[in-house]
Amino acid sequence: MTEQTPVLECRNLSISYYTRAGEIPAVVDFNLRLMPGEAHGIVGESGCGKSTVALAIMQYMGKNGAIVGGEIFFEGRDMRTMSEEELRQIRGSKISMVYQEPMASLNPAMLIGEQLAEVPIYHESISRDEAMERAKQILANVRLPDPQRIMDSYPHQISGGQQQRVVIAMALLSNPKLLLLDEPTTALDVTVEAGIVDLIKDIAQEFGTSMIYISHNLGLILETCDRITVMYSGEAVEVGDVVDVFNEMRHPYTRGLFSSIPVPGADKNARPLIAIPGQLPLPHERPVGCYFGPRCTYFDEPRCDKRPLPMEEVDEGSLHFARCVKFREIDWDAAKPKPIEREEVLPGDYVLRVEDMTKHYEIEESGLFVLGGEKKTVKANEKINFRAREAETVAIVGESGCGKSTFAKVLMGLEDATDGDVLLGNLDLSQLPVEKRDAETIGKLQMVFQNPFDTLNPSHSIGGQIGRVIRKFGVEKDKEKVEQRVHELLDIVKLPRDFAKRRPRQLSGGQKQRVGIARAFAGNPSVVIADEPVSALDVSVQAAVTDLLMDIQREHRTTLLFISHDLSVVRYLADRIVVMYLGQIMEKGSTDEIFAPPYHPYTEALLSAVPIADTSVEKRHIVLTGELPSPSNPPKGCPFCTRCQYVIEGTCDITPPPVREMGERHFIACHLSEDTLRDMKPVITVEETAPA
Amino acid sequence: MAVTETEVDVRSVPLLKRLTEPKVIIGLFVAMWVPLMLYVMFGKYIGNAKDIMLLPAYPATVILYILGVRAFRESWVAVLGLTLVFFWIFMAVTAPYLPLLDPNKPIAPFTVPFTEKRDIFFWLGTDFKGRDMLSRTIWGCQRVLVWGVTATAVAYVVGTAFGLIAGYLSGWWDEIISFLGNVLLSFPVMVLFIVILNYLGPSGFNIVIAVTFASAPAIMRIVRGLALDIKTRDYVFAAQTRGESAFWIMVVELLPNVRGPIIVDACLRLGYTTVAITTLTFLGLGLQPPDPDWGLMIKESAGTAMLWKFSYMLIVPALSVSSLILGFNLLADGLREMSLRD
Repeated sequence: MTEQTPVLECRNLSISYYTRAGEIPAVVDFNLRLMPGEAHGIVGESGCGKSTVALAIMQYMGKNGAIVGGEIFFEGRDMRTMSEEELRQIRGSKISMVYQEPMASLNPAMLIGEQLAEVPIYHESISRDEAMERAKQILANVRLPDPQRIMDSYPHQISGGQQQRVVIAMALLSNPKLLLLDEPTTALDVTVEAGIVDLIKDIAQEFGTSMIYISHNLGLILETCDRITVMYSGEAVEVGDVVDVFNEMRHPYTRGLFSSIPVPGADKNARPLIAIPGQLPLPHERPVGCYFGPRCTYFDEPRCDKRPLPMEEVDEGSLHFARCVKFREIDWDAAKPKPIEREEVLPGDYVLRVEDMTKHYEIEESGLFVLGGEKKTVKANEKINFRAREAETVAIVGESGCGKSTFAKVLMGLEDATDGDVLLGNLDLSQLPVEKRDAETIGKLQMVFQNPFDTLNPSHSIGGQIGRVIRKFGVEKDKEKVEQRVHELLDIVKLPRDFAKRRPRQLSGGQKQRVGIARAFAGNPSVVIADEPVSALDVSVQAAVTDLLMDIQREHRTTLLFISHDLSVVRYLADRIVVMYLGQIMEKGSTDEIFAPPYHPYTEALLSAVPIADTSVEKRHIVLTGELPSPSNPPKGCPFCTRCQYVIEGTCDITPPPVREMGERHFIACHLSEDTLRDMKPVITVEETAPA
Repeated sequence: MAVTETEVDVRSVPLLKRLTEPKVIIGLFVAMWVPLMLYVMFGKYIGNAKDIMLLPAYPATVILYILGVRAFRESWVAVLGLTLVFFWIFMAVTAPYLPLLDPNKPIAPFTVPFTEKRDIFFWLGTDFKGRDMLSRTIWGCQRVLVWGVTATAVAYVVGTAFGLIAGYLSGWWDEIISFLGNVLLSFPVMVLFIVILNYLGPSGFNIVIAVTFASAPAIMRIVRGLALDIKTRDYVFAAQTRGESAFWIMVVELLPNVRGPIIVDACLRLGYTTVAITTLTFLGLGLQPPDPDWGLMIKESAGTAMLWKFSYMLIVPALSVSSLILGFNLLADGLREMSLRD
């Protein structure tokens, strides 16, 4: 490394928040050295203090937060000594920040062009025309098609992906030295995310901007960053070059994190995920010694519960640090905990059959005049066909707007299907609203919801809510028996029995999701629909909840319909996969068939878009251009033709694609010839390096 | 929904803490409120029994006040509000047992406060007919309190019910209920009051009806908005998918979750209602003479109070009304402050 001044340097930074309960240390002893042009990733679970670090760098701590120790140097100057005026000059011109929610970062009442022009007008006092010209140029640089149209739009008139590009453009306008990205793609769909990640990488090269990239997604960090800091409960536990940390992690928490995310090669039977036991300590309940101690398998009483606990260099001069007193003693190759192998479950008879299920919504386009109403049809689901067997996991994969939720609503009886059949056993549910179903049918088909903070009614006790379901489905009527059954269900989801008396606000996200699962299994269901049940949870908790779901399924031989956009999770747990796009099935088949060629072009793009936290994985790079068409105005032919890289002009955009049978129960809806499809190269290849 | 009983060893829990259980608090509220309400609304039919009826309300009020101060001790604003409100409630329930002069008996007209006339010391003086102001002020708070709270409560029941229906069922229900609400809201409140009370005749129950018409649409809108938000939550979706009836969802899933903002709003609205009732009485449309009432006292003294010397006749009831309303408003502020903290 040459004698350059680092763009940003944090030395022993400590940040606290002051609340009624007293001082709460949010970040403790944080060190960071960011060289020009470098991209540094900060990864950690919610509440670990990663956003606090970003706010501290911006010196934007709010009233109740303060830097209680350490220094922040920006280009060699201590930021804590700068005046309010100096800071204002730096923010937005030398340090820019991109937040998670693009819509919240843009002023909804201003044209995008004017918002962009404001930045150089304020910071560089240039003329309006010149600023507008610059704005247009920068929009082209973030690869937005037709910059002039975007300049003349309001934020709500463009899509989420475009909004985030505009926010990035705004951050780049003044040519900052440092760009802070706080979960910039979390709110976006995977294929859109891939485009943004691509853009961020190019920016680093083109403009030489240093970046701090905050994310909970290890795969994204691997794709974008040079160095990484792993944070746990307000502390950096491991710092190093991305490749070093990914391949030779030297902290038990980092190891735990990597073991709990599904990478190619993980398998629900042969190599199940290993969850980190326990949960993140609350900031005021942290242990005295190593914060990770209570959850660590290597915890050693007299050594790990003491302070100070400094960051130590792994090898002399390697710039790879870990905050663990025992890392030299742990045998990192042999110590990989051996997962318990599980027996494969053989699927039984078909339980659920969906035949040509179609759901259209009629929307009345009411114009300015009352009489000008014109009816429009939104094709939410178009001829959905698939079957699910007993004890089988069928994943429905697709991005927002693909019709997953509509499908779930029809199945649950909240909407009638427009056409086609949905057969549960021999009973057709497609025209049977939930009020007309008997308790047994309802109990047989239950759902686990996405958002753990929404899934339970905050006003009632856990036991009361599960008990209501038991009574409603007629499993038990007697008060004592209901209580007993509630306790049984809590046992199944591995929660203590006295949780029955608690209120939802006393539970963590993962615990709430477990209660949600217990509730779904109260009526001994034969089919459970799980709508992204783990996507809102922290990585280390995700694995535990996923495994729990699998275990219960295994035991009860339940059919699981797993709705998700996350192909890594799907690959891990699904037996069969249905890929949907704009309300239509693009491809369906067994998990192995989906993840290996032949692919549908959309599946191919989706596979390429999912970030994978494994350095031995090579990915073919496919970035989709264009935006998702509106379901009320889908393309005439193949729904994917507007973004497909193989599009055949004159065919794909006019006629709907034929469904080709590529193998037994493996179907692809595409115009490409069978041979072309079979000739596709695999997207993900795992490098066969040294066997683990 | 059955709330599982918590089995605690009764002896190990301190008395005050045991009293904070919801059932006990509701019981205390009933013990405080029902006798007072019956006393004021139906006192004339009950006869002699009415004098002992208020006895249970007296300890209930004291215990509730202590519990309230304990619960709100972190916000001095709330404690001040609570103290003002409970001062008047306490006055209302103890009025029959206090050594007061008959509020309707003319003794010595135009006695200035803190003076003695006919061997009686008048703390707050007498009005133009010679009736004791202190006695009238304390007795007068009964009617304002009881009718104000009753009217607000009825308005809340009606408004919440319509709000839940409009918000949860949506569609035509929403269109019709919202339209009717908008029509009622478009009347100036006083005009609405005057029209209704002129038509029905002035009495306490008609005041309740008038206040309901004036307040329910606004409450309906608040509840409707909250219901629209809450009905998109997954737990409502879960209830729908297990085939719960719309009524059950509205009462069990939605209602408990709209209570927070509603309780705060209710305290503010109690203030408005108290003002409204006093104003109506002042206009001669509310409670009728001769029984003491703050609005009535203001009205009756309005003519004489023009003279600076006798302005106390106006100031005493006016300050009483203000302190009660201030109490309600501070309580609302404190509650909101506390709800933001958690």
